[in-house]
Amino acid sequence: MGRSLKKGPFVEPKLLAKVRAMGASRDPIKTWSRACTIPPDFIGHTFMVHNGKQHLKVYISEDMVGHKLGEFSPTRQFRGHTNKKEGKKR
Amino acid sequence: MPRVIGVDIPSNKRLEISLTYLYGIGRTRALEVCDALKFDRGMKAGELTEEQVTTLATHLQKEYTVEGNLRRQIAGAIARLRDIGCYRGMRHRRGLPVRGQRTRTNARSRKGPKKTVAGKKSVKGMK
Repeated sequence: MGRSLKKGPFVEPKLLAKVRAMGASRDPIKTWSRACTIPPDFIGHTFMVHNGKQHLKVYISEDMVGHKLGEFSPTRQFRGHTNKKEGKKR
Repeated sequence: MPRVIGVDIPSNKRLEISLTYLYGIGRTRALEVCDALKFDRGMKAGELTEEQVTTLATHLQKEYTVEGNLRRQIAGAIARLRDIGCYRGMRHRRGLPVRGQRTRTNARSRKGPKKTVAGKKSVKGMK
């Protein structure tokens, strides 16, 4: 089920306040809020989005508006299948 | 056989069915179109007069996105997802299901024919 339109998109209030307060500076902002929808105000900023292990750098471009921060910070890393001959290393 | 919008040539079927041969027109829209233009749904597509074919074509182009335009629109949307580096775009790039389906089994529409791996446990063995 989608989110009620009445409430509008969820944008982490803290993040939005931070971005607004930053003005022209473009320092990366560290965040754990993967569920935060990207509003137009974020364009041009860089976020460090947590993926459960580390914070990945995400530069927000115009096309990303409406998506969520978490979509750009993959939580799984596929390292390929183990080769039977080499055995299960790594 | 009448030609509606470039290449498409529906046949000697009922109009409501022939229209669905157009990309972007399914049963619902086919009926909508028939009713909007006051064409008999049951008439064979071949019975359309030249004039009717023209009105049909203009109506379709005006009201809906069909055929090439629709294909382009969809391809564009997917290309956008690929470009912005989001999760859905990545799934498109990898040729895996995009909407969270399981990939341990099934997902053959996206992954294509089975590539058998020697020594891999069978589906039965996975239980």
